[in-house]
Amino acid sequence: MKRFLKSINVPELLRPLGQLIFFSLGSTIFLSAIALVLALILDRTVVGQTLFERLNVSLYTYTLVNLPQVAIDGLTIGFVYAAIALGYTMVYGVLEFINFAHSEIFAVGAFVGVEILIALDTFGILADASILMAYIYLILAILGGMLAAGGLAVAVERVAYRPLRHASRLVPLISAIGVSFLLQDVIRLVESLTTGQFNRIFPTFGNFDSRVILAKMTMGTTPITLGMSIKSIIVIVSAVLMLVALNYLVNATKIGKAIRAVAQDHPTASLMGIDVNRIISLTFLVGGMLGGAAGVLYALKFTRIDPFVGFFPGLKAFTAAVLGGIGNMTGALLGGIVLGMLETFAGSYMGVFTMGAAGSEYKDIFAFSILILVLIFRPQGLMGANVAQKA
Amino acid sequence: MVPTFWTDIIKKPEQGIYPHIIILAHMILGTGLVYISPRSNLAFLVLITSFFTLYYFKADQRFKLIVGVVLTLFILPVVGVRNIFYLEVIFQISVFAALALGLNIVVGFAGLLDLGYVAFYAVGAYLWAFFGSQQYYVLPFAPGTQPSNLPFLLPGDAFYLFMFAAIFVAALTGILLGTPVLRLRGDYLAIVTLGFGEVIRVLANNLDKPLNFTNGPQGITPIQRPTMPQAAVDVFNKLFGGVVGHEVSPADMYNVMFYLLALAVIIVIVFVTRRLDDSKIGRAWTAIREDETAAIAMGIPLVKMKLAAFAVGASFAGVMGVLLAGSRTFISPESFSFMQSIGVLSMVILGGSGSIPGVILGAATVTILNLQVLQGLSLHLSQLRQSDAVIPIINFAWADLSTQLDPAKYQRLLFGLILILMMIFRPAGLIPSQRRKRELASDEAEGGE
Repeated sequence: MKRFLKSINVPELLRPLGQLIFFSLGSTIFLSAIALVLALILDRTVVGQTLFERLNVSLYTYTLVNLPQVAIDGLTIGFVYAAIALGYTMVYGVLEFINFAHSEIFAVGAFVGVEILIALDTFGILADASILMAYIYLILAILGGMLAAGGLAVAVERVAYRPLRHASRLVPLISAIGVSFLLQDVIRLVESLTTGQFNRIFPTFGNFDSRVILAKMTMGTTPITLGMSIKSIIVIVSAVLMLVALNYLVNATKIGKAIRAVAQDHPTASLMGIDVNRIISLTFLVGGMLGGAAGVLYALKFTRIDPFVGFFPGLKAFTAAVLGGIGNMTGALLGGIVLGMLETFAGSYMGVFTMGAAGSEYKDIFAFSILILVLIFRPQGLMGANVAQKA
Repeated sequence: MVPTFWTDIIKKPEQGIYPHIIILAHMILGTGLVYISPRSNLAFLVLITSFFTLYYFKADQRFKLIVGVVLTLFILPVVGVRNIFYLEVIFQISVFAALALGLNIVVGFAGLLDLGYVAFYAVGAYLWAFFGSQQYYVLPFAPGTQPSNLPFLLPGDAFYLFMFAAIFVAALTGILLGTPVLRLRGDYLAIVTLGFGEVIRVLANNLDKPLNFTNGPQGITPIQRPTMPQAAVDVFNKLFGGVVGHEVSPADMYNVMFYLLALAVIIVIVFVTRRLDDSKIGRAWTAIREDETAAIAMGIPLVKMKLAAFAVGASFAGVMGVLLAGSRTFISPESFSFMQSIGVLSMVILGGSGSIPGVILGAATVTILNLQVLQGLSLHLSQLRQSDAVIPIINFAWADLSTQLDPAKYQRLLFGLILILMMIFRPAGLIPSQRRKRELASDEAEGGE
């Protein structure tokens, strides 16, 4: 026992935690400052007046009061993006290839997790479960989603990518797009076969929907309670646990060393006695598992899922991976958090700041604009200075 | 080896009168079958595949040209007017063939994977949808609140002008979108073009406020059809009235006209593509596709050439967009989803990127699979569902089968399978381009990679 405890590399456990806290706080403070400055400027203009007539508060107060909620929402979705982005970035790290089907692997994870819970629900187990049991069932669902998604990712790699490994760059990408489309309809087929409907609703159980009240205040005449739903806490905590575990796996274990070696150079790694194919499969397994867990967490947070649920989160996570510097794991964390934050801030404040002309419906293309800007001005990403540009 | 196997079986007649006879026989057989049973899908397939025979067998060029003209200009319109569903299929094939040929310039020649190709199609469609409808006068109204007696902005004649205008507008859009992103490496470019495709769709969905440009998700309708002289209907009736068997109405004639317009665009694209392929630009594209670094070293202006490919491809999509808006008289953002882009891409990949006959074959195959096979299965399934039939062994009544299992809704499955299988087993496509063929041959001579 003592030897085991001694073998744990504590700094590697603490470092990602520190990074996560730093990234979260940093992006919150930075974006809040921008939002507040904008609010102060716009307060004097017609934008502020319109809001004052409607809600009887100044734009500045409105922005300030909403800030904590927006930051928490942004953080929640940011961690989900980070977990998916790690799947893209790990595969890119070892194969230099965009696994376009990762978004569907995420969707499969979500569906398997939700189906497990629905199955439990039909047997009436969920309805009278205690709080503790509710959490155990949730963990069960997450594990189920992880296993299914991880297995699927490995299978997809074996069938659709491995035969193409030495082909030109675009060939496996096109195959991956094919896999993505195929999987969307396969999910739909399987789900429709059983009930005739392809949407699934996350069953309500446990205390996930209740909120932890952080503070109460009044804005003008309307009282505002500041809270954080338990869902969000679960999402953030489980994402943090996974990210720390992954970081430990890659940076402090022998397998992680092998992964890093394969990422640097396939032939040399195999000369050192590393089974390259096995490591690539393992990378897909780990990335798929993270994606699957993120899928279940996404379903928990947004309740309703359909077979095409993976498309936008997948694209945004890819954007996050590129934003942070693709192939760089810390970068994926940073990119995910920053993107989630940016998107939530834009979605919440753009409508007010532009007097309803451009509201949260532009949230989705906001991510693309960031992707394009990053690729034009800093193609190696925020943290990707060490990634060599191989043509 | 599959190819040698097939050639052994068919024993392609190379010379003499036989190929001519086979081509004529196939064409006459197809026409006859369709004429006897105008509702049979199989008969229609026989007729359509006669194009393949025409392409496959070696015959006198002039003979081929005449047969091709007879098939496309006389037989298909007449057959189509007899059964309007065929004309719809033929029109769709020609629209997608034109789109696929346009995308082929970008993907097949220049090697740039464009996943948002439909964006340019949307630009063309919305161009005519805005100017050829009442939308200009609807600008200040929220969707659904406009008065009903608004005039049209432009007369139907302007349609023909807009087909040319779309070339420039779409090419300009292509250049604007391409300038920032064409410096990127191939796989990044794919994702960014995908993003652009989505941006255009989201814009079309949301530009109904503050000014109502696109009427949001409801889409713009009615859009004007181009004017067609009554004389055209009369001439068609006089020429083919006897064969068709009933009086042809202007509405039918419109379908024929759109088919002919699409055909004209295809001919222009094929002409331009072939000319470009043999020109300095075409060779520059090939060089870029094969090795960017080497191409730069050879002094090829990389970004300029890529932009040219992007703009040429975009302009054709723009023209087809105008055509679509005119023929459908209704445009909504749904017609320009990511799936459409992938559908067109799968046509290019299936047929063989860089190969003109291949891409046309790919477009025809995918469209027929989509419109006839999948929908035929759907029809069959819905008939089964209404009957009392039961699946024997597992004792499952067809009537209980979910309507979600409608095969016509599973296009993604089809596209996905095409992309994966082609990439793994035949990356050069069904009819590889001449250049690819030569490369593969020399590869095999050297003993592969």
